[in-house]
Amino acid sequence: MFDLSILFSSFLNGITIGAVYALIALGLTLIYGVLHIINFAHGACLMIALYGVYALWDVLGINPYASLPIMIITMFFFGYGLQRFIINRANHHKDENVLLVTLGLSIIFENLALIFFHSDTRTIDTSYTLQTMNLGSATIALPKLIAFFGAMLMCTLLILLMKFTHLGHAILAVAKEKTGAKLMGIHVEHIYALSFGIGLSCLGAAACFLLPAYYVNPTAGNGFIFISFTIVVLGGMGSFIGALLGGLLIGIVESLGGLYLGESLGQVGVFVIFVFFLIFRPQGMFGVSNAK
Amino acid sequence: MKKSITAIFCFAAGIALLPFFTQSGVVLNFFMMALYATLLAQSWNILGGYGGQFSFGHAAFFGSGAYMQAIAQLQWGLNAWTALCLAILFSAMVGALIGAVSFRYGLKGSYFALVTLACAEILRITSLSVPFTGAGVGLMLPLQESLTTLQFSDRTYFLWIILALVCIGLLTTLYIQESKFGAYLQAIRDNEDAAQALGIDPFRIKLYATTLSAGLMGSAGAMYLQVFQYIDPAIAYGPQSSVEALVGAIVGGLGSLWGPVIGAGVLLMLSELTRNLFGSIPGVNMVIYGCVLVFIVIYLPRGLIGLVVQCKTFLLSFNSKKNF
Repeated sequence: MFDLSILFSSFLNGITIGAVYALIALGLTLIYGVLHIINFAHGACLMIALYGVYALWDVLGINPYASLPIMIITMFFFGYGLQRFIINRANHHKDENVLLVTLGLSIIFENLALIFFHSDTRTIDTSYTLQTMNLGSATIALPKLIAFFGAMLMCTLLILLMKFTHLGHAILAVAKEKTGAKLMGIHVEHIYALSFGIGLSCLGAAACFLLPAYYVNPTAGNGFIFISFTIVVLGGMGSFIGALLGGLLIGIVESLGGLYLGESLGQVGVFVIFVFFLIFRPQGMFGVSNAK
Repeated sequence: MKKSITAIFCFAAGIALLPFFTQSGVVLNFFMMALYATLLAQSWNILGGYGGQFSFGHAAFFGSGAYMQAIAQLQWGLNAWTALCLAILFSAMVGALIGAVSFRYGLKGSYFALVTLACAEILRITSLSVPFTGAGVGLMLPLQESLTTLQFSDRTYFLWIILALVCIGLLTTLYIQESKFGAYLQAIRDNEDAAQALGIDPFRIKLYATTLSAGLMGSAGAMYLQVFQYIDPAIAYGPQSSVEALVGAIVGGLGSLWGPVIGAGVLLMLSELTRNLFGSIPGVNMVIYGCVLVFIVIYLPRGLIGLVVQCKTFLLSFNSKKNF
């Protein structure tokens, strides 16, 4: 029953997808930690990024991994504009308004994608899509392995950016004490939009790593919304290390849950963890919350 | 109070008499769908508008009502009216349960919204995997037109029944506006800590509001099943009905008696208009809904009712200036 090699390969699968989850959740937690808003359109933005990578490959023939810098930059400007010109205006000093506007945006994005790309599921066939690697007793698809290392690299870069650059310090200052940061001459609105942009850049990068092993359709982002919310809650709102570990953990839980409970019921696990944590342990696994 | 009751009576009488003036299926269908959308928005308005608790998962109550209506008739052999009562009761219970758990542990604002959405998703996935909801195939109500099965070929009867439910919704909303319970609820919406300091029990009041709201939503779910005779997990617990309820209430104006009626009516007119302009391209409708939602939240946070009130005060001030 407990075949170790199946268990090990399921674990490997979980940890590779978990790294991409972590990258997506890192974007969400950055936006939450700095702006104190929940970006409900995170899944829809990921879907847009996936279509972006798909279009670059389909029309211009650019390899998904080569489109990484293009996607990071485009998604950054997209996020910057979105926050500065739409989301920020809806705030009216109430959290719920932002949630409503981002909900509205996600409805718009999803259905625009439906209009322009129709509901067909698209995948890309590269020469390495079906290549596998042997790791001990388990085999793993090459794109997943690349996704794991790529996502971990991006996560590390983001954390280094926050810890060691002026920009990172300014963002953390705004997150901790908005008024104080303003008095120090930091342009708060600009930092807000920058953070949102960086948050969406994570999605751009995640999309490049995901697409070779995944698919895209107008509702492709939906599956990720709750997974990334769960990771953010699990790791403690606004905590980067928490999001990283939470992502890996959820990836493993989902993969093992799918193995023992079956595909559809395995999905329930993520939602149950989400509700359970929000209710009983809102400060997250480690009890750290540098957000508030 | 008296004025509002008269207004509700006139509204009900006006729509109820409509079938005597026109037998056009298009007109009757439009009014039926508008009333159905109003019912959704009213339900959301009770909890979101008066209680300030924004739910993203009203589909949890909608779907529970619809499934109960179907299961009571198909599997328990009850008649449609008993099933309707059971459906309302059951969805109210689901509401009470979700409300009890989330308010007991102090979930507020965005977190309440996310938890309700997660609950709707849990119900959707569960109803996809258990046999008594028909799993992915869904449940189909056999065609049997009569009063006891609550199925009619003529839209007139549906129009009247949904109108009756909307009037119950209007009277409930009026009760909330005028009663002590409603005052407590609005106090909690405006400042929960202050309300608690004055001796109000927020948990109990919010729980009542959720139960009321869920019951009304459940009746809408049951009527959906009666009109379309089919339900599956995606229709029942998918985001469509949650979004429709939320957008209708917000566009009309939160925390007002007639807001949901206006919001639902305007949105339906808009969607009919887009259908005429763009044909039936899937998604156009929802894009319009999304744009309207974003626009209203940014520029008209008090909804269309707020706009009317603003115009009124503007005209009044204009008049009083002229008199000087």
